[in-house]
Amino acid sequence: MTWIWSNLDLIWDRTLDHLVLSVPPIILSFLIALPIGWSAHQYRLSRGLILTTVGLLYAIPSLPLFIVLPAIVGTNARSPLNLVIALTIYGVALMVRVVSDGLASVDADVRQSATAVGFSGWSLFWHVQLPLAGPVLLAGLRVVAVSTVSLATVGAVIGVASLGSLFTDGFQRGIQAEIVAGIICTVLLALAFDWGLVGLGRFLMPWSRATRPPVARLEAVK
Amino acid sequence: MTVFLDALNWILDPENYLGAGAIPTRLLEHLVFTFVTLLIASAIAVPLGFLIGHTGRGRGLAVAVSGGLRALPTLGLLTLVALWVGIGLEAPYVALTVLAIPPVLAGAYTGFEAIDRATIDAARAVGMSEGQIVRKVEIPLGLPLLMGGLRSAALQVVATATLAAYVADIGLGRYLFTGLKTRDYAEMLGGSILVILLALALEGIFSVIQRVVVPQGVAVGRPTEVRARSSRPRPGMESTIAEGSK
Repeated sequence: MTWIWSNLDLIWDRTLDHLVLSVPPIILSFLIALPIGWSAHQYRLSRGLILTTVGLLYAIPSLPLFIVLPAIVGTNARSPLNLVIALTIYGVALMVRVVSDGLASVDADVRQSATAVGFSGWSLFWHVQLPLAGPVLLAGLRVVAVSTVSLATVGAVIGVASLGSLFTDGFQRGIQAEIVAGIICTVLLALAFDWGLVGLGRFLMPWSRATRPPVARLEAVK
Repeated sequence: MTVFLDALNWILDPENYLGAGAIPTRLLEHLVFTFVTLLIASAIAVPLGFLIGHTGRGRGLAVAVSGGLRALPTLGLLTLVALWVGIGLEAPYVALTVLAIPPVLAGAYTGFEAIDRATIDAARAVGMSEGQIVRKVEIPLGLPLLMGGLRSAALQVVATATLAAYVADIGLGRYLFTGLKTRDYAEMLGGSILVILLALALEGIFSVIQRVVVPQGVAVGRPTEVRARSSRPRPGMESTIAEGSK
């Protein structure tokens, strides 16, 4: 415990490093996954190919990816940019499937009704499909956020500073409190992101709680 | 692209196929480690998952635990356990078993939950005992999702076994860490490529197994496009088994 109190500055700095590493991948992966997931949902032909590709991307272990990536994109292995790219790849891999599933979860009848009242193309996507897929997208984004925060720590092994540096440093110097502090901060950061996203979801989709159990209502009608 | 040629040369260099740290030895270590970890995790998680899936009890707790563990950083757990029990194989085994349990558990109980209640009720109506329902209805029908859970656990363990080399002399990850220390990028890249190929091979094998275990005459394997009519909700994101921290 004394280690923690006397090193609050260090912990704070590493938390900031961690934020810089994990916020861009979360936002970027959502933005990149949206069109890819949409085309996976829209076009039957591309669906299998896209979903298989993202599945394989997600299967790549993180540490090897951190090492292979510089050889492909020409970044420095120890640069945070390298880590941001790798984490974005994982985020996209997770989100594409979620976007595709989310769009598929929109009731076909609803889509047809929307078409019937005159929605088409872009406006159908922005005003009908996307909002209705919102809760599923949010759930996926929460998973991306939490696993990105957790995964960012691995970068410490190749020398990119983050809360993970507390693990490598604590391990090398034999300070248990440092590792524990790193774990607690990582989990707290992940939870903070998670809560933040839930809050954002409530703000952006105030209707979602009211319509949460559509299946239950369907059952009742039957 | 010369770096890739260097890495390829390193992989094909006959010198790396002899002695203590030879590539086949490291590969075997990596695989055995993965297999044993999965076995221990399954021995704990599968019966527990079946129990939760069959009775519906403790589901909230299971979801919370598997969700919460996603936030737990692997490297942190690994280094912490290594400091406790000392450098050696125990730390990776303990840490990775802990990480492998949630996906297997989730696969086991979501497999049971995804079964149409009407099927279970029908089995009960024709006079099957609870034990028979579990053995003859729920386990076969839940098997594809259980395999899905095992698949993500296996991938996670293979990935993290690489990281385990940080605290123990084990597996393909050693090449990454010795390369890091001696600034031998060819060795690091070669080792990384081997790990990636191994992970992709496992992914392929598991996707075949997952298809094979779908009972004949059951079309649950591929979810259909139209879901509005299904009588039960699909397992939602909170019970998704595919994602974990690596």
